[in-house]
Amino acid sequence: MDNTEKNKLEFETIAKYYGKKEVLKDVSGSIANRKITSLIGPNGAGKSTLLSIISRLIKQDGGTVSFLDKELSTYKGTDLAKKLSILKQSNHLDLKLTVRDLVSFGRFPYSKGKLSAFDEQKIDEAIAFSDLMNLQNTYIDELSGGQRQRAFISMIIAQDTDFILLDEPLNNLDMKHAVHVMKTLRRLVDELGKTVVIVIHEINFAAQYSDRIVALKDGNICYDDETAKVIDPVVLKDIFDIEFDIIERNDKKICNYFNL
Amino acid sequence: MSFLKNSFVAWACALIILLVLIWFSLFTGVKDVRFWDLFGDGDKLVFFVVSRIPRTLALILVGSGVSIAGFVLQQLSQNRFVSPTTSGALEAAKMGILTALIFIPNSSLFVRMLFALGFTFLTSFLFIFFVHKVKLRSTVFIPLIGLMFGSILSAVSTFFAYKHGIVQNTQEWLLGDFSSVMQGQYEAVFLVLPAVAIIYLYADKITIAGMGESFAKSLGLSYEAIVYLGLFVVSMVVSSSVVTVGAIPFLGLIVPNVVSMIVGDNFRRTLPLIAYVGAVFLLICDLMGRLIVYPYEVPIGMIVGVIGSVVFLVLILKRK
Repeated sequence: MDNTEKNKLEFETIAKYYGKKEVLKDVSGSIANRKITSLIGPNGAGKSTLLSIISRLIKQDGGTVSFLDKELSTYKGTDLAKKLSILKQSNHLDLKLTVRDLVSFGRFPYSKGKLSAFDEQKIDEAIAFSDLMNLQNTYIDELSGGQRQRAFISMIIAQDTDFILLDEPLNNLDMKHAVHVMKTLRRLVDELGKTVVIVIHEINFAAQYSDRIVALKDGNICYDDETAKVIDPVVLKDIFDIEFDIIERNDKKICNYFNL
Repeated sequence: MSFLKNSFVAWACALIILLVLIWFSLFTGVKDVRFWDLFGDGDKLVFFVVSRIPRTLALILVGSGVSIAGFVLQQLSQNRFVSPTTSGALEAAKMGILTALIFIPNSSLFVRMLFALGFTFLTSFLFIFFVHKVKLRSTVFIPLIGLMFGSILSAVSTFFAYKHGIVQNTQEWLLGDFSSVMQGQYEAVFLVLPAVAIIYLYADKITIAGMGESFAKSLGLSYEAIVYLGLFVVSMVVSSSVVTVGAIPFLGLIVPNVVSMIVGDNFRRTLPLIAYVGAVFLLICDLMGRLIVYPYEVPIGMIVGVIGSVVFLVLILKRK
């Protein structure tokens, strides 16, 4: 990693309790600019909680999150909404909105509901970016899970924030749609210079698409490094407590943990 | 159905239907009033102004207002089957009126409405708080809880009404009835107008809130503020209509659902249609109630209840 530019999103000694249970234990770190960072770790390690805290969805019980050298909580909602967006797992959404309406809401921080010609252009671009032109007038409750996820990502693209955080964007997607979503995220970073953070369960997707991996275990960050360094049998065993066999082919690392 | 969305012809037809219904609503009744009577017969003109016009206005305002309030409640609870009937809001309004009657026996309509408003707001707030706390997202479970919640409130109300010998009054509020709407006693219902105006201004934010807390926050909105505002405005509508005409069951449930099935959920766009369908539906139900056992009247709450429960069943079966 080049150290010429300071990371814009940093967090220090973040602690979080749910009741008496300590979910995060004074974790510190930062998110590399213009990279895809994957948050991995076993269930209950605190990945989603950390993501929610650094995206202002929930408040931490201790520690600070600073974004562009300012404490995250001091930002006004709409100002932050132009710089940092978060997409949680789409839980039970049976709203009858068209894809285009949904994507248009991504412009809300700018337009306040009155879409300018520039907003419309951004909406068109966002729809095209996720390859949803043919579906833009379809209601989202009629889409397949994968198409719907792409529609939500389109909305985030229309919101045009430098930082995009996603909580398990591949949840319930089949392989084809999962690959499509990851390629879209990759293009967001490579073509538009966005910074993407995802919580992800499938280690192979993290291995193939992310630049950096932050691994959590029992509320602590146990590894925070380039992808190639984390995709290692010893490291992965330490994180997940199961055996890993790393297969190298065409410069790509594939993790086999299925039946060892 | 897309031609319905913006075609000029469709809007013209809609307007004509509404005007015809208003005409029938104004000139139907035991007392025979015809249009030309208004210019010659002083007594009939007074009757027309004191009774007929208020009744028709109340029907339109309650029909539109309660339907819109139902949609707002559905968005805020993220549940299709929540409405003033299935969230305890109606029973809370009744309880508010009862409390006013018990503690301030000669209270004015306005004071009773304030009590109803307070009770409805508190109850809706409790209900939404509960909906957000329990992570049980079963679609039918939430309105069932609301119905139970309402039944408990209703039982408490009935107990105190019984102790104070005003059970009959409370029973009256149970069934919505427009026959007693008269000038000087129904003006509280105009509170629906500012309420709907506020909802229209916040229509986009309410739709976003309907997508969930994290969506609203990611788009820079204060989710809690939208929920409070929405619940307050819903309480305004519910309490002002219960005070003037009583409870109309299912209205806030079926109208938004039917409209949503045809033109979707983008509230800014569908709000006028929800208001329109609500008004037309109530005008028709009221006319039916007035004509079925003419010259007597079937309370409109009963008509809406019968039609509404059937539509409700169909909706449950059609929407998973």
